[in-house]
Amino acid sequence: MSALPTRKDEAWRYSDMAAVAALWPPQPARLISVPAGEARADVLRVTEGGIHDLRVELGAGARLNLALLVQSASYARVALVAHLKAGASLDFGGVLLGAGAVVQEIVTDIRHDEPDAESRQRVRVVIDERAVGTYLGRIAVARDAQRTDAAQSARALVLKRTATANLKPELEIYADDVKCAHGCTVGELDKAGLFYLQSRGVPRPEAEALLTRAFVADAFAGLEDAAAREALEAETARWLEARA
Amino acid sequence: MLEITNLHATVGEREILKGLTLSVKAGEVHAIMGPNGAGKSTLAHVLAGREGYEVTKGSAHFEGRDLLDMEPHERAAAGLFLGFQYPVEIPGVSNLLFLRTAMNAQRKLRGEAEISGAEFMKKVKAESATLGLDMDMLKRGVNVGFSGGEKKRNEAFQLGMLEPKFALLDETDSGLDIDALRIVSEGINRFRSAERAVLLITHYQRLLDHVRPDVVHVLAKGRIVESGGPELALRLEAQGYEGLAA
Repeated sequence: MSALPTRKDEAWRYSDMAAVAALWPPQPARLISVPAGEARADVLRVTEGGIHDLRVELGAGARLNLALLVQSASYARVALVAHLKAGASLDFGGVLLGAGAVVQEIVTDIRHDEPDAESRQRVRVVIDERAVGTYLGRIAVARDAQRTDAAQSARALVLKRTATANLKPELEIYADDVKCAHGCTVGELDKAGLFYLQSRGVPRPEAEALLTRAFVADAFAGLEDAAAREALEAETARWLEARA
Repeated sequence: MLEITNLHATVGEREILKGLTLSVKAGEVHAIMGPNGAGKSTLAHVLAGREGYEVTKGSAHFEGRDLLDMEPHERAAAGLFLGFQYPVEIPGVSNLLFLRTAMNAQRKLRGEAEISGAEFMKKVKAESATLGLDMDMLKRGVNVGFSGGEKKRNEAFQLGMLEPKFALLDETDSGLDIDALRIVSEGINRFRSAERAVLLITHYQRLLDHVRPDVVHVLAKGRIVESGGPELALRLEAQGYEGLAA
């Protein structure tokens, strides 16, 4: 794609178009390729604004565990296109933290090109103040990709009602023997939970931070590397502390 | 210890408490009984400081401090504990993390040092054993997957761990089978001491068979309409609330 996109383009309809125009054309996609039968884990932190394209290629039986944390002060878009060959497995955990008036987007396009591949996606969007957080999640299952097992869970937590969350799952399935689970919710912190914590002695800002950390945590639950997982959780905690 | 004078409170537009006066001294156990809608749970929530419960008139003091002027967490640190009628589930926050965070937040506010990991776990083991809560349950999310009885035992566990001065127990006996009722009652009885006080909010006499109150009050239409000894609870059980003067 070289022409500047417009809002009419479904994949860009929630974008900050002025920022996109200033950033256009984007850098070529970064390639994450896992050869057949191999396994990899990768952690990506996006703290700078920009358009970040990623291309993931998983060979037959390859496994990738990918964790993404987006937390930038200016417009950021992380767009991931993944191609899965037979029996490949992708675990993707994405977290987007937004405050101020920032617009941030995570866009995934998971392509089950061949049979027996598995994909797991958990995306958690936390937005405060006037921030906009968007997740567009497409899963495409090719005609012969039988026994595809795909799951996508997208949840947004709106800390202030002035913030905006956009979550859009999109499934395109051409095979007939597939499992494609998806769930999508936008909500606020549970008031009863907050009061329960306060009534036990936890001040309100700390109670909010604790519940928000718990909300984000399951995005990174797929990460086997405990140190990497804890580092991402600590980063989330720091962001929350800065807000309190 | 707790002095409530002419308390009026509204929830939304409705006035629920209409001039409630109550005094509980250290060492005492009081029970508040009353029909549905009398304002029992509203009283508990007002004292704990829940949002949406507005005090329009009257006062509530705890050890001489103006309770109504304090944030909910400050009331907890001052020594007030609310046992919930419906304990809340908090997925993703383990019971142990929840309790340790709460204990340390209270200690911090009181200017005390944090509890050490070893000291905390020692206390957890001692308290949980007496209440029949195992370590696997405590590592799970707060109340997540707990049965009604387990949630109430968890309230009693938190009471034992946090060691408040005043326990305000809102229908702690509801939803309990006979064994769980006995276990929770034993927890409350262990809590009783000359320095502490308990206010039991209950529908039924049966909890009072296990935890003997010093004073029983009847709450109806937002006010205490009658107070007496334990025999009052027995009379209510026999006659019902209908014959009460409002």
